[in-house]
Amino acid sequence: MGDMQDKPVGQGGPSPRRRFLREAAGVAGGACLLSLGVGLYAKQASALPAVALRPPGALAEADFLAACVRCGLCVRDCPYDTLKLAELGDGVATGTPYFTARQIPCEMCEDIPCVAACPTGALDHSLTDIGKARMGLAVLIDHETCLNFLGLRCDVCYRVCPVIDKAITLERQHNPRSDRHAMLLPTVHSDYCTGCGKCEKSCVLPGEAAIKVLPVKLAQGSKAEHYRKGWEEKEAAGQSLIGEQIELPVRGLEGKAYGDTRVLPGQGPAPAPATPARPGSGLDSGWKP
Amino acid sequence: MSAVAATPKAVRPRVGADAIASKGWLGAHKWLVLRRVSQLGILALFLAGPWFGLWVVKGNLSSSLTLDVLPLTDPFLLAQSLVAGTLPYKEALIGAAIVVAFYLIVGGRVFCSWVCPMNLVTDAAAWLRRRLGLKGGKIPSGDTRYWLLGFMLLAAFATGSLAWEWVNPVSMLHRGLIFGFGLAWGIVGGVFLYDVLIATRGWCGHICPMGACYSLLGSAALVRVSAAHRSACDDCMDCFAVCPEPQVIRPALKAAGQDHPVILDRNCTNCGRCVDVCGKNVFRITTRFDRSES
Repeated sequence: MGDMQDKPVGQGGPSPRRRFLREAAGVAGGACLLSLGVGLYAKQASALPAVALRPPGALAEADFLAACVRCGLCVRDCPYDTLKLAELGDGVATGTPYFTARQIPCEMCEDIPCVAACPTGALDHSLTDIGKARMGLAVLIDHETCLNFLGLRCDVCYRVCPVIDKAITLERQHNPRSDRHAMLLPTVHSDYCTGCGKCEKSCVLPGEAAIKVLPVKLAQGSKAEHYRKGWEEKEAAGQSLIGEQIELPVRGLEGKAYGDTRVLPGQGPAPAPATPARPGSGLDSGWKP
Repeated sequence: MSAVAATPKAVRPRVGADAIASKGWLGAHKWLVLRRVSQLGILALFLAGPWFGLWVVKGNLSSSLTLDVLPLTDPFLLAQSLVAGTLPYKEALIGAAIVVAFYLIVGGRVFCSWVCPMNLVTDAAAWLRRRLGLKGGKIPSGDTRYWLLGFMLLAAFATGSLAWEWVNPVSMLHRGLIFGFGLAWGIVGGVFLYDVLIATRGWCGHICPMGACYSLLGSAALVRVSAAHRSACDDCMDCFAVCPEPQVIRPALKAAGQDHPVILDRNCTNCGRCVDVCGKNVFRITTRFDRSES
């Protein structure tokens, strides 16, 4: 720039070099603005809708968006037409593969052809056991419409689960409505659920399913790692960490086992004698209008 | 040149009329027809699978697998992926290496004029613009694409995602044709309208960073167009009218800044339209080392 001031500037306007610099600055500025816009849009639009599930073996969403080249080879090799490439307007990053469990769930092929087809590693080839896939996590999201929660024996989500009795179990509970029946509640276990979505697909409710597969991040809370669970610590150490608990007697229940506070009529501490409240004291002031 | 420019527009015949008169319609459209066959043929290979169950090629131009053995990957896409922080599997790396090697030889922009489906859109826009006689507009600098290429790689690095793929009309068009469009029609239509109304050859010739990447690949391309018979040029300007990158012709045809007749500009797409449209057979397709004149 320094030697430029020494040169005489022509009558017809700025020197060619200055004009070049100005034009280059304009072009670069425009391109920079456009890139900034695209970058911001990419950041803003990268959130995945809750019902869109990635194929098995997909990297964590941020890594996935860096690795997936949107070629659709996984879509082509899916034998059940489960996967589709997102179109502009679908709410999923355009061109990336996803599936909607309620429409077509993952059939959990043993040879996982979609993963084998991926040329980039957006679907991780180290996934060879489909049982270890974590496409999402099923959540029995609506306890009000689920037929089993109404005390009926629907059980369909449990029956269709490819990992039956591990990923979904039926847990028996007392039915307080009839007071004489059981409710068998479908219960999902994250250790085994692959997120294939067959439960959501087959839920018998007419529109929305009561059980839904959500992205694991939405479905699961973080583990409370800052809590030490006394029973686990005790088992690990072989004994209680704080020595034996002192058992204090509960007044009036001295004859019962420690912690047993059940009281039958006629047992337990005698109630205080019902002495009438002194007028003008306590809650009953005796005031009358 | 100035005498030609001063010739009234009304008496000038249609672009290419000379060539049709001297070579016949087919002779004056040889490379154009071959190019359309190539573009549509490649598209047909991609569509034969989903439409008729003939799986010759799977995937799309971003990455594909031919006959279950030949992987091909777009190098600009792979570059974005690399700067975004992933090292793809060897399938994608080999695919990109094959593509790079191919276009290093035949000329990078050969992708643009012989393969890319967007070329059909922007050629249609350029044709319409010529027929409607639209002039003016606001044409960005031809260097915009290189800046965009650089900044898109930066954006990919900063956001950790394939930044350009969020908006890339080229991959959206090809993917849309094969897998379904959604609203991507709007983006493709936008490119068409931009080329018709705002900037002649605006998209392919000035903005597309994917094309810029292929331009860089073509910097030392073996296959090139030569204005070998430039002594016969009668300044009809037809080649400038049809060329998608008209600035590449002058140095070779008019010996401006170089003495040999070979078009070495990396932005030349080797489309061969100048060969077709020239009634005097000035141009021919040859190699960069063939500096002979006839």
